[in-house]
Amino acid sequence: MKPAAFDYHRPGTAEEAVGLLAELGDEAKIIAGGQSLVPMLSMRLAYFDHLIDISRLGELQGIERRGQQLWIGAGTTETEVGADAQVRQAVPLLTRATPFVGHFQIRNRGTLGGSIAHADAAGEYPAVALTLDAVMEVLSPRGRREIAAADFFTGVWETSMEPDEVLTATRFPVWNGRSGFAIQEFARRHGDFAIAGALVAVALDDADRVSRCAIGLLGLGATVRRATAAEHALIGKPAAELVPEDVGRAAMTGLDDIPTDLQGSAAYRTKVGAAMAARAWTQAIGEAGAAHA
Amino acid sequence: MHDQPVRLSVNGTPIAATVEPRMTLADFLREECGLTGTHLGCEHGACGACTVLLDGAAVRSCLMFAVQADGTEVTTVEGIASPDGTLSPVQSALRECHGLQCGFCTPGFVLSLTALLRDNPEPTDAEIREGLSGNFCRCTGYQGIVTAAHRAAEAMRVADLQSAAGASPGQPAPVPE
Repeated sequence: MKPAAFDYHRPGTAEEAVGLLAELGDEAKIIAGGQSLVPMLSMRLAYFDHLIDISRLGELQGIERRGQQLWIGAGTTETEVGADAQVRQAVPLLTRATPFVGHFQIRNRGTLGGSIAHADAAGEYPAVALTLDAVMEVLSPRGRREIAAADFFTGVWETSMEPDEVLTATRFPVWNGRSGFAIQEFARRHGDFAIAGALVAVALDDADRVSRCAIGLLGLGATVRRATAAEHALIGKPAAELVPEDVGRAAMTGLDDIPTDLQGSAAYRTKVGAAMAARAWTQAIGEAGAAHA
Repeated sequence: MHDQPVRLSVNGTPIAATVEPRMTLADFLREECGLTGTHLGCEHGACGACTVLLDGAAVRSCLMFAVQADGTEVTTVEGIASPDGTLSPVQSALRECHGLQCGFCTPGFVLSLTALLRDNPEPTDAEIREGLSGNFCRCTGYQGIVTAAHRAAEAMRVADLQSAAGASPGQPAPVPE
C-alpha cells in the first residue's frame, strides 16, 4: 500500500501545468484532491513518474453565476460545492448529489473537476454534469476549448480530453420555471460507490405536462448514462398520468453494458436502477408540481 | 526521483523536513514526526483510522502526500487533549460511554467527531451516524460511539453556556432541557 516513487511538481498557473503535462507526456498525471488517484497509486493500479499538483491554483477555484449558467472551477472542493448557497439556488441537483460523494473527510479534499475528470461510471458529479448537459472547459498548450457533457464521457475512467488537456471548470445550465430535481442511489454502505442510481431533472408547463426532462443513470454502464429514449417519450405527457414504476422501467431500456461483478449481476442492477429512477421521478415531479410558475 | 522540502505545523510545532514525494502525510506523521497516534488501517481511504485535521478540515492522511501539506497546520490525536493531559470533551465521552475497546480506530473517530461537533454543535442522531460513516470500528460497535458523540455535544454546549455566563469550570453545570 505504498505508491511507487514519482517526482512532484507544483506549478504556479494552469498554463504552466499543461505545459508540464505536454512536456512530460504519458509519464505524468494531474493530481488535485487525489481522493481517487492516491488509492490507485497506493494499490499500484497506476504508476506515474510525475505528479503535477493543481490543487492550490486559485484560478481553478470558485463558484460564479454567469447568466443562465453556473461556473464552478475544477479545483473547488466537494465540500464547498455542497455548502454553497448559490449552488443550492441555481443547480440544486449538485447540492443534493454531494452527500452521496464519499464521506465528508473525502469531500474536504476531493474536487468537482477531479471527480468529473476521473469519470467513474458511478460518480455522482459526472452523472449530474451529463444529466444537466453541462459544458466542460479544458486547457492545453494549444489553448482553451469546450466539450459538451454528452461528448465527454467515453469509457471506463475515460474522457474525450486529449492527454495534454486539463479540465479547468464546468458550467452547469440553470433551469428556470416549474422544475424539480432528485437523485436516488443504492449502495450497501453509506459512501460506497452505488450499485445503481438515477437522477431526474424535470420541468412542467402551466397545464402540468412534462415540458422538459432529463434522466441520468450511474453504475449502469461503462460510463454515466442518459435514458434518452425514456426522456423523449415523457415530453408532453400530463404528469398525473405517469406511473413512476413505468418511468423507472422505461429508463432501463437500451442499456447494453451494465456491469456484472461481486456487487451484483446486470439483471439485479437493472432492477435497482429502475427502482431508483422511479423514486427520483416521484421526488422531482413532486417538487416541480409544487412550484409556482 | 527527487526529494522535496516540506514545512508545516503539527499540533502547533513547526516542522521542516525533506521527504520523498511518495511519502503519505500519514507515514510522515508517524515516521518523521514520531506521532504514532495516527493509525493506518487500510491505506486507501476506506477505514478512516488515519483521519487528521488539515487547516481544521478532517481529511484522510493516507490519501495525500506530505509534500501536499506544505504550509498547512495539521492536528493529530496527540494535539486534541490539553497540554496538561485533560481529555477533550470528545475523548472523555468516548471513555465514559464505552466508545472504544481495542482503540485502534479511536484516533480517527476522535478527529472526525471533533470536526463534526465544531461545525454542527447540535447534531441529530442521523447526522452523527452520517458523520461517522467514514470511520470503521471493527470491535466495539457503533452504539457506544454514537452515544459518546451525543454526550460530547452536550458537554460542549454546557461548557459554552458556562463560559457565556462567566461561570468557573468547577461549578455544577446548568443542564439544558
